[in-house]
Amino acid sequence: MSNKISETLTFECETGNYHTFCPISCVAWLYQKIEDSFFLVVGTKTCGYFLQNALGVMIFAEPRYAMAELEEGDISAQLNDYKELKRLCLQIKKDRNPSVIIWIGTCTTEIIKMDLEGMAPKLENELGIPIVVARANGLDYAFTQGEDTVLAAMAHRCPEQNTLLDNKKVIQQDSTIQDFFSFLSLEKKEETRNNSSIKSKKHPPLVLFGSLPSTVASQLSSELKRQSVQVSGWLPAQRYTDLPSLGDQVYVCGVNPFLSRTATTLMRRRKCKLIGAPFPIGPDGTRAWIEKICSVFNIKTKDLEQREQQIWENLKDYLDLVRGKSVFFMGDNLLEISLARFLIRCGMIVYEIGIPYLDKRYQAAELLFLQNTCKSMGIPMPRIVEKPDNYNQIQRMRELQPDLAITGMAHANPLEARGINTKWSVEFTFAQIHGFTNARDVLELVTRPLRRNNNLENLGWNDLTKKEKQIKFN
Amino acid sequence: MKLAYWMYAGPAHIGTLRVASSFKNVHAIMHAPLGDDYFNVMRSMLERERDFTPVTASIVDRHVLARGSQEKVVDNINRKDKEERPDLIVLTPTCTSSILQEDLQNFVDRASTTSNSDVILADVNHYRVNELQAADRTLEQVVRYYLEKARRQGTLDQSLTKEPSANIIGIFTLGFHNQHDCRELKRLLQDLNIKVNKVIPEGGSVKDLQSLPKAWFNLVPYREIGLMTAIYLEKNFGMPYVSITPMGIVDTAECIRQIQKHVNNLIPNKKVDYEPYIDQQTRFVSQAAWFSRSIDCQNLTGKKAVVFGDATHAASITRILAREMGIRVGCTGTYCKHDTEWFKEQVQGFCDEILTTDDHTEVGDMIARIEPSAIFGTQMERHIGKRLDIPCGVISSPVHIQNFPLGYRPFLGYEGTNQIADLIYNSFTLGMEDHLLEIFGGHDTKEVITKSLSTDTDLTWNYESQLELNKIPGFVRGKIKRNTEKFARQNNITTITVEIMYAAKEALSA
Repeated sequence: MSNKISETLTFECETGNYHTFCPISCVAWLYQKIEDSFFLVVGTKTCGYFLQNALGVMIFAEPRYAMAELEEGDISAQLNDYKELKRLCLQIKKDRNPSVIIWIGTCTTEIIKMDLEGMAPKLENELGIPIVVARANGLDYAFTQGEDTVLAAMAHRCPEQNTLLDNKKVIQQDSTIQDFFSFLSLEKKEETRNNSSIKSKKHPPLVLFGSLPSTVASQLSSELKRQSVQVSGWLPAQRYTDLPSLGDQVYVCGVNPFLSRTATTLMRRRKCKLIGAPFPIGPDGTRAWIEKICSVFNIKTKDLEQREQQIWENLKDYLDLVRGKSVFFMGDNLLEISLARFLIRCGMIVYEIGIPYLDKRYQAAELLFLQNTCKSMGIPMPRIVEKPDNYNQIQRMRELQPDLAITGMAHANPLEARGINTKWSVEFTFAQIHGFTNARDVLELVTRPLRRNNNLENLGWNDLTKKEKQIKFN
Repeated sequence: MKLAYWMYAGPAHIGTLRVASSFKNVHAIMHAPLGDDYFNVMRSMLERERDFTPVTASIVDRHVLARGSQEKVVDNINRKDKEERPDLIVLTPTCTSSILQEDLQNFVDRASTTSNSDVILADVNHYRVNELQAADRTLEQVVRYYLEKARRQGTLDQSLTKEPSANIIGIFTLGFHNQHDCRELKRLLQDLNIKVNKVIPEGGSVKDLQSLPKAWFNLVPYREIGLMTAIYLEKNFGMPYVSITPMGIVDTAECIRQIQKHVNNLIPNKKVDYEPYIDQQTRFVSQAAWFSRSIDCQNLTGKKAVVFGDATHAASITRILAREMGIRVGCTGTYCKHDTEWFKEQVQGFCDEILTTDDHTEVGDMIARIEPSAIFGTQMERHIGKRLDIPCGVISSPVHIQNFPLGYRPFLGYEGTNQIADLIYNSFTLGMEDHLLEIFGGHDTKEVITKSLSTDTDLTWNYESQLELNKIPGFVRGKIKRNTEKFARQNNITTITVEIMYAAKEALSA
């Protein structure tokens, strides 16, 4: 097996046996994000046990999600799916009264060909609550792509933008207000002029898509506001009832690299214009993201470079720790390309980027950015491995001996026992990593194993497996 | 369809994988979609395993769905055979892939012809049995497979060991304190001059299974797993088994007496008498008997408890509470619905009510109604207890990382009696503490401290920043508020906006 590192980006698809979380895990963060929602996962005991164990979430007092557990009678079609789902949804309506019920289809509903999309509109009418269907199954998707299926389904439910009418109204209103103010003192006049100069740059509506904690979402909105870009809405919003308006005048831009289906739906079905930018992860990514949005709106960025520089200054202590260190991404949450690009910019060397699925078109800007970053940092291009084989990866890692492996939870302890520092990839899914402000949090995570091991270095207990096992390394 | 929020026992394949990965040098192949292989995460994280979990998912994706697995499963079995050189490969579907109704037995037969390892298909109905039942079934299947193979090959040696010996059946990975219990059982048998022939499945080798019949008897400490194997061995090899769980002083003694009976049936001349050992252990070595007579335990009189867990642990703890510590058990219950009859028989007369259900809300409602002074249950009851402000001692799986302590905490045998007594005693608010709480109104001085720390502030938070502050989780909100105000003062800012908050975060974290 060759571990040669090439000069250009190489892609390969190993189509191996790899471990990642099931896409239904998106429920864990989406139900918190969309406060008036209820998620109903239609699946088997296996699905339920996964949610309960791998994410340890179901235990809380009043979860706004549940399993519709399929039993033998459902599988063998002795029971009527529609009646069963209606019974469950009536109970949910009675107990929780959500604004929307989101049915999460699973592998099982795919296999038994349960017609969730066909049943939803009928039940929606009967129940008087919108029912959104997302097929977050493990046959087609990996881990974070579950969010993609939900957002793509929700994109169909966003109201239509009445652009022409709305625009006119806004302009008229603006001018009347300005007229009114012109009667006031000089100072005020000056202010209005400033205002109007901003208004004159008024750009078409911009909707951002991707689920972020509300603090992070407002941080990104406020970064854009500094550049006089107004965000007119987010998909998803804090409440289902606040879904953004979409239409052919609306520009959309993603904040997460795993939302290719949502992007396609927004473009093809809702006729929105997609801004293809690198993702706002790390100061470099955030700047590139803002720059791209501004360039589409013909807005000249203001102090953006200084802003990025200032963030890099703040990261100095961490950069000293990571510079020259090597990292290996086993591949898990599809954030890998963006994280790798940021870490390369921080001075790290990335040997391999494993990733469950790569949409080269949706990630085009990010991939180009990765390539340019490698060039400007003068380091070799990492090898990108789609659907990696974890067993082979571990063999490669044994040869490369990276300073850090970013890996799924199942491999962390065994790798640590073999003297390879690890960080759970899932932490990057749940931590706040987007935007300028949170760049530090990414490095906080990345450096934690390095710092921990620096503290323990002198003890000399780095290898904690028995010799015979070590030869085998698996 | 069933509306489910949480479950006590997992799906069947988890039980199968727990058994397979407990054996040494056995590899399991799951025929399952992406994401169904979270067993690897559970085992690796909870047991803090240093080695890679010997389970590989042969992934069922859209192609497999359209065209069938074809060579994929067979290839993966052959591949693992070469890579890992296991003694045995166990193939299992999950709830999901079992509906595909692919002929997995055919894959196994085909793979067997080329692979050096033995290959079997775990024979479990994924919709009819739960994790525990599947574990019991799989263990029996593996044992049967190897004993029949040995019999066919004529390598089966049924002669008994010279000295009295026992197999311990049912210790396995992710079990509740199983590793500690196993050590304690070995110690107990050693004290009785009984050799441990084999422990299965944990740490056992499938190659050694053919020597199981050499033991004088089988010891099955937990009802949930091992009983099927013991019954198979009794039926086919005439091996007696002891299935009394040695938990608590009375039942440990009872278990030892059963062992004595079986040993004396087989011993040629000098019969053994374990009574002096039982007496010595009960009265002087184990502290539990003395403890329940001591002045501390007087305060337990009249206290009421609720018990819930798997059949083994819930029954044993109920009997210990009622019989050995004089505590009233308001209700006891188990989620092992398949074992209801046995359970009822065991706890009859030791409790006011019996509840068998796998619905945690029913358990929660029962606890709220009974209002016990303490709960002895699973991690779920611990959560229920938190909400109701009732202390809870965890006595049974479903497991949690807390149930894998680094120190020695057995539940079985005489050391187990000490551990259980400690757990029970510490779960109640007791004795003088009770009185002091009444007199002084508790130790809660939180309010006073907050007051002394709070400062009258000249800073104002605008509406948006207040909203933003409220979004921050409670446990760090105070810190962030203080840091932001400090930053504002340093920069002569009087009104705090959202932008100031972010700026403060950046400045202070730098």
